[in-house]
Parts: sequence; C-alpha cells; structure tokens
Amino acid sequence: MTPANTVVRGVETPFQRVVSDFLANPVAVFGLGLLTLVVLAAVFAPVISPQNPYDLAQLDVMDSRLPPGSPAPNGGRFWLGTDDQGRDMLSAIFYGLRISLAVGVISTVCALIIGLTMGLTAAYFGGRFETFVMRVVDIQLSFPAILIALILIAVLGQGTGKVITALVTVQWAYYARTVRGAALVEKRREYMEAARCLALSPSRIVFRHLLPNCLPPMIVVATVQVAGAIALEATLSFLGLGLPITEPSLGLLIANGYQYLLSGKYWISFFPGIALLLTIVSINLVADQLRDVLNPRLQR
Amino acid sequence: MIDSAEAITEPVLEVVGLRTHFFTKAGVVKAVDDVSFTVGRGEVLGLVGESGSGKSMTGYSLMGLIDTPGKIVEGSIVLDGIDMRALDPEEQRHMRGNRIAMIFQDPMMTLNPVLRIDVQMIEAILAHRKVSREVARSRAREALVKVGIPSPDERLLSYPHQFSGGMRQRVAIAIALLNRPDLIVADEPTTALDVTIQGQILYEIQKLTRETGTALIWITHDLSVVAGLADRVCVMYAGRIVEQGSCEEVLAHPAHPYTQGLLDSVPANNERGQRLKQIPGMTPSLLDLPPGCPFRERCGYATVACDASPEMRPAGGPGQSVRCFHPLVPAHA
Amino acid sequence: MQSVVVLLVMSLLVFVGVYAVGNPIDILINPQADQAEREQAIATLGLDKPLYAQYFVFLGGALHGDLGKSFVHATSALGLILERMPATMELALSAMLIAVVLGIPLGLLAGLKPNGVAGRSIMAGSILGFSLPTFWVGLMLIMVFAVDLHWLPSNGRGPTTLLFGLIPVSFTSWEGIKHLILPATNLALFNLALLIRLTRAGTHEALLQDYVKFARAKGLSNSRVIGVHVLRNILIPIVTVIGLQFGALIGFAIVTESVFAWPGMGKLLIDSINFLDRPVIVAYLLVVVFLFIIINLLVDILYSALDPRVRITDSKG
Repeated sequence: MTPANTVVRGVETPFQRVVSDFLANPVAVFGLGLLTLVVLAAVFAPVISPQNPYDLAQLDVMDSRLPPGSPAPNGGRFWLGTDDQGRDMLSAIFYGLRISLAVGVISTVCALIIGLTMGLTAAYFGGRFETFVMRVVDIQLSFPAILIALILIAVLGQGTGKVITALVTVQWAYYARTVRGAALVEKRREYMEAARCLALSPSRIVFRHLLPNCLPPMIVVATVQVAGAIALEATLSFLGLGLPITEPSLGLLIANGYQYLLSGKYWISFFPGIALLLTIVSINLVADQLRDVLNPRLQR
Repeated sequence: MIDSAEAITEPVLEVVGLRTHFFTKAGVVKAVDDVSFTVGRGEVLGLVGESGSGKSMTGYSLMGLIDTPGKIVEGSIVLDGIDMRALDPEEQRHMRGNRIAMIFQDPMMTLNPVLRIDVQMIEAILAHRKVSREVARSRAREALVKVGIPSPDERLLSYPHQFSGGMRQRVAIAIALLNRPDLIVADEPTTALDVTIQGQILYEIQKLTRETGTALIWITHDLSVVAGLADRVCVMYAGRIVEQGSCEEVLAHPAHPYTQGLLDSVPANNERGQRLKQIPGMTPSLLDLPPGCPFRERCGYATVACDASPEMRPAGGPGQSVRCFHPLVPAHA
Repeated sequence: MQSVVVLLVMSLLVFVGVYAVGNPIDILINPQADQAEREQAIATLGLDKPLYAQYFVFLGGALHGDLGKSFVHATSALGLILERMPATMELALSAMLIAVVLGIPLGLLAGLKPNGVAGRSIMAGSILGFSLPTFWVGLMLIMVFAVDLHWLPSNGRGPTTLLFGLIPVSFTSWEGIKHLILPATNLALFNLALLIRLTRAGTHEALLQDYVKFARAKGLSNSRVIGVHVLRNILIPIVTVIGLQFGALIGFAIVTESVFAWPGMGKLLIDSINFLDRPVIVAYLLVVVFLFIIINLLVDILYSALDPRVRITDSKG
C-alpha cells in the first residue's frame, strides 16, 4: 500500500474502506474479474454466441459431435466442438450459463428474503415462535442439501419453478440462522435500547435499525450460497431431476455428454464443466475475501 | 539474602548487547534494542516496564522462543558459561526446561486443557532425563508437594480445568522446577491472579528459589511486587534498559525520570487526598523509532541534548547505572 | 425422545408429500390394461384407501419393521434398502478414510507453514476442492482413468465377498478395490478440502496458544509439541466434523453412485423417484434419518471421550 493511500484512509467511509481492503488482495481481484466476465457472458449470450443453439433452423445433424476446432458451415469454427444435435458447444455454454446464473440468483434472492424475515422476527420477538423456527432450521441443516432438494423434487415433481422452490427451501435456513445469530448480538447493543425507548414501531426497529447492522455476514453467506445454488441445480439437472430439456442449464449439458464420454468425445461434458467450475471458483474467491473484509473481528 | 556485590562476581547469566527485532510488513520493530544485564547465581532480578517495553520479548529471547517474523539479530546470551546463541536448535531445546525454565502470565492458558497433569509433567522430565516413567512420575509428585498442592496423587490424574487459577500457577511453577534449572524466567506470573493468591505465589516462589539456589528473572509492570522480591532491578523502556541497580537504591533514589514517574504513579507512594501522579503521553511505537532518547517526549527534564541517544552511565549508588543525560541523582563518587 | 419425534414428524411429512404427487399407476401399469386390471392393481397396492388410512397402515407396519412393499420390485422396501446399504456404507467409509488420511496431514502442513509454497498450494487446492461440482469431477475421473488410461473400471462394484458371512464388501479383492478407487476418491474430494481447511485453521490457532509456547519452553521436541499438544486439541473439532460429515457423505453418495453406477441406496433412490416408487422413497428417507440420529449419538459419545471438560459437566448434570 502506498503512503498516499494510507493518508486518505482517515476520511474513508466504511464502504470505501471495504472496497480498498477488497482490492488489496490480487487473488480476490482476479476472482472479481473472472466473475464479471462470467456474468457478462451470461447476460450478453444472445449477442456474443456464434449461433443460437436452440434455433433448430441453425442446426444440422451432419455437424453433430464434431471435435473442438472443427470448421463450421458458416465459415467459422466450432471452437469447443458440437454436441449430438450439432449445436455449437460455445454457444450452448453461454446460453446454459445464463440459465444456471438466473436460477442461482433468483433462488438466492428469494431464500434471502424469506430467511431474513424469519430470522429477524425470530430474534426480535423470541418466545415460542423463535423456538419453533430455530428447531426447524436445526433439523433441516442437519441433513445434506442434496438430500432435501431431491426429496422435494420427488414430492413436487419437476419443472423450473419447482427446482427454484427446492433451492429456496434448502437455502433459507442458512440465512435464518446467520441473521438470527447476528441480530441476537446487535439486540443487546445500546442503540437498540435507545430505539425501543423512543417507542418506535417493531417493524421500524427491525428493518431500519436491526437489519442494516446484520447485513455484512448476510452478504458473505449470500455470495457463498449463489455458488451453492448453482452447483446444486447443476447436480439435480445432471441426475435428470432438475430443469427440463427446454431450459438447458450447464448441468444438463454435462449430462448430455455423459453417454459420449466413454467413446472419448470428452468435449461435450468437459467444457460446460469448466464453465461451471470457473463460475463457482470466481464466486468463492470473491466470497472468501468479502468474509475477511467484512469481518468486524479482523478490523482494528 | 545474597549480597548483590557478591552475586555479580559469579553470574549465572550474562546478556550483552541483545537486540531482537521483528520484521513486519510495516517495518522493523525493535522490540529489544541493545539490552545488557547479568544475573548472579540464586539472585532475583526484577525486569520492570510498561506493556510493550520489550520486557517479555527479552524473556522469550533468553528462552530461544522468538517466532517469525521476530529474530535475535545481535548480542550474546551466556548461561553458566554456555553461549546460547552458538548452540544448534537441538542443543537449544535441551537447555529449555532443563537449565532455563519459564513461567507464563496466564495460568488458565499455559497448561494444555486436554492433557492430564501427570502427562504434562512427566513429558517435561523425559524430554531431558533418561529415567523410567515411574521415576519421572514420583519426581512429578514430589514437585507438586513442594509447591504446596494437597493430595498430589489424585491431582496428577486431574485435568487443568479441575484446578483453580492459583493452583494451576503452582503446577506451572512445579513444572518449571522439575529439572532443577539454573534460571527461571517468570513473565508476570501473578498478574492474572487474585491479590491474596498473588501473595501466596510470591512467597512460594521466593522460598523455592532460595531453597534450590535457582536464579530468577521476574518480569513485571508492578514496582511494588519487585520491592519485596528482587535483589536487583532493571527498568525497561521502548526496548532498552534505562536504569539498573540494586532494588533499594533504585526504588529509594531513582536516577531516570521514567523510573521516578513509575514510582510516583504507585498509589501507596502518594499522600492521601493528593492527586495521583501519572506520566504524560503514551509509550512510543517501536516501529521505526527515531534516534535519540525515546522518553524525551514525555520527560520534564528533556533538552536538545536528548535528541542524541544516551549511553548507560553510572549514577546514584554502587552498581546503579542509568541511560540518561540528566540523571536525577549524581554518580557515586 | 426427541429423535423419536423427529422420526415421526419426518415420516408424516414425507408420506403425505410423496403420496400426494402424481399417480404411480400411470407409470407402473401397461397403458393397454383394462379398467378391471387397473382397479385390481390399485387394490393390491393399497391405493384405494384414503390417505390417512394409508398412513396408519404404513405406521402400523413400520412399528413391526415393515415399511411397505416396493411398487416396482414387489418386495419389501426396507429389504431393498438394507440390501443396498453395505455398498453405500463401503463407499462412504472409504471416502472418509481417504479424506482423513490425506486431509489431516496436509492441513497440518499448511497450518505449520502458512506462507510456504506447500502451504499456499494446499490452500489453493482446497478452494478448488470446494468449488468442483462432484458429479463433473466424477466424469473427469472416468474420462482420464477409465477411458484414456484404461487403469481403472468406470462403473459397477466388481466382485464382492461376504464379510462375517453377512455383509457383501468389495475391498477384499484387488478387482473390487480397483472398482472402489474412483468413486471413493470422487466422494472424498469435498471432505478432503473441508478437513484441510479445518485442520489448518485449528493448527494456526493452537500455535498461538500459550500452552504450545509453554510446551516448547519445557524443551519438548517439535514432534511432541505438534503430535501431542497441537493435535490433541484440534482433534476435538475434527472428530465432530468427521462424524457429522459422514451423514452428508451418505447424502452425497447419491450423486457419486449415479455417476459410477455404484449399486448403493442412493442409486436406488434416484431410480425410485423416477418410477414414483413411493414406499421405497419413504423407506429410504426413514432409514437415512435413523442413520443420522445414530451418527449424532456416536459423535456425542466420541466428543466427550476426547474433551475432558465436557466429561466433567456431563457427570455433574
């Protein structure tokens, strides 16, 4: 860190401090850069993809299962090969990334809202409601996520909405536990006492005073959970119990390549897996650094 | 009591020009900066200073327990004729706990919580002596008796959490005494204890070192503890010894303004109803400390001369010396 | 007592949930079957009774160790699961063994030399271990070691022999071990990463404790300080996590078993979900919940055996 930087630190806002601390770690910056690329690729998939992999008019069965680098009929190349339908894998991956990220983010946001509300109300009101919520959380968290998701799919049946429901059900407990833990600590602080003395309404106290102070740990958990949700969705789709064929996420692409793996046609499974891996690694790297930066225990 | 002059003639420990520096990302911290002193056989030396003055790091340096990024960069430590810094790591290990032992500040933390007391005592003997487990066990038992722990056989089979704080410190002392070392370094061993227990432990240690002829370096920030215990005193400030001498001389006629300040801030030395005196300002950061007397910012006697670094020079009574350009008592003629 | 309540609530939830979805008749019976045949089948499967009646029939059976009959296999659902359980257990235990044997030493190394090349590489590797999706790693293992190198078989369990004349296991023959290596490695990966991180964090923290400094001040050798003083302390959280993670391994075995066509209960569950074989799904779940309760109990016992402080509070309370 340059001396100039150190001087500025005196007047930094907390947000600026978090940003500058975050950027101090080159590995985390690399993770953030990678994540940005992944998100951009997902968002602009229709623009940057060489072909629309789900427009049947653009597909030719003659092109199926071509190895990476094969020439494409439109004069370009299938840089990552093609699948059994003659789809360009690169395009399929961009589109798959879009679906995987969307499902991951949507389910995380829903779970975050539910978990936050449950955890905060449990912590604020206490009593039987708290006991009940936390008991449910405890029981749920003592089982592996994949098992709960599978049973839910078995109960609910398949479909995009149902997969998201399953992911939300799996995740909300993490947030509820984290936010309750943070809220119980904050609740004992003087500013909460002050807010109650002012006779503010419970909802105002909970959302305007308690919530902002519980956010840092939630941000960390939410980041990790997006990665978890993406991985879980991919696993479900791979097992044939996730998203339908019409919404081919990365997991489904990998599953498609499974049967060709034994005959040496590795690229159909390999490259979607790499995309999945890069997405999860980049999110985990960012989350790791966020954990250090936002952890009040490490701040001096 | 052993005469201090006689003790100096037969030193068990001689430290000359010791420097222990910590090489951190922010810069070099000179935790111990040119420290020299001797301890006579059976003598009790009080090493006094505020937290961060380098007194604990001096103790760890003697033990060879400085962890990275810290390192002893200069100086010699000679224990009973053996140059500690010339030994290889294995030989150094054989000195630790054998010829030189250490007692730590917080007895709650120093004993391993998941190992039984007998395990922790016997291993200390077996690390240095080729004796059978049974012999080691009976020695451990004797040591417990010596430090005044009742029903030692039962206590040997207990875990640390079954002891009170004072009892644990007794166990730690017993472990330090196990191999009859020449020197024990005690790093504020009573600070974490209740006042009544403090007194007992002080008494116990004094008695035991007398009986065994073990020399003792007592590290503390509390001058009143030193007054009743030590033969000689070294006062440390910002990694350096600023004053040393016999206990009576230094406490009665302090030569360094810092020692004077420390004595003034002991409540018992003040008149009732009078405002407690305190040393103004704060201990300077040891990170890239500028040259000159480190105390000059807080010193009422400081002049331009103090921008240079003072050397140790004789002052006050015999054997008393001070690192100051303006000593409060003149050198003994 | 609480465990019984959990079991009961779980059975009710799952039963109602599973039995409210879809109609297994559509899947199980030949679409050309006439109405009489359909009704015959419905009656045999007990699907003509109202849901609560079906639940009580189920509960009554469960008390006698009968969790119903599989719609597909027409044999006892519990029997089916118990038949597959040894395969899953063998896989999970092998995976845990790999994770422990590699994870603790690597974590110790990373904790002792956090800034060395080895320490940094181990930690980077562990992040990868967390991030790699299990099923994809399984595919890649098959690709490299089965397809490309032809070293190891890609699926199945290989020959088994009966252990104690009762439990079929495959680790007793070289061929069986070869079948076990890939799936066990695959399943171990996540726990390996977890154990590395846990051991490293524990070592790091223990090294800062006064009791380690005191042990060194006693002149103990490095190997004794680390092997006894550090290891005994970090073993407490590690054993707890190993125990709890063993339950998770049984869950995650579902994925690994599907990738490697390992004939365990996880594979059975996936097949049953696809065939809407309700009794097997419910039986699987109850068996797993039961296993989890037992595992938790064992972890508690082990925990108090390792931590003297817990033992004392227990005898008082």
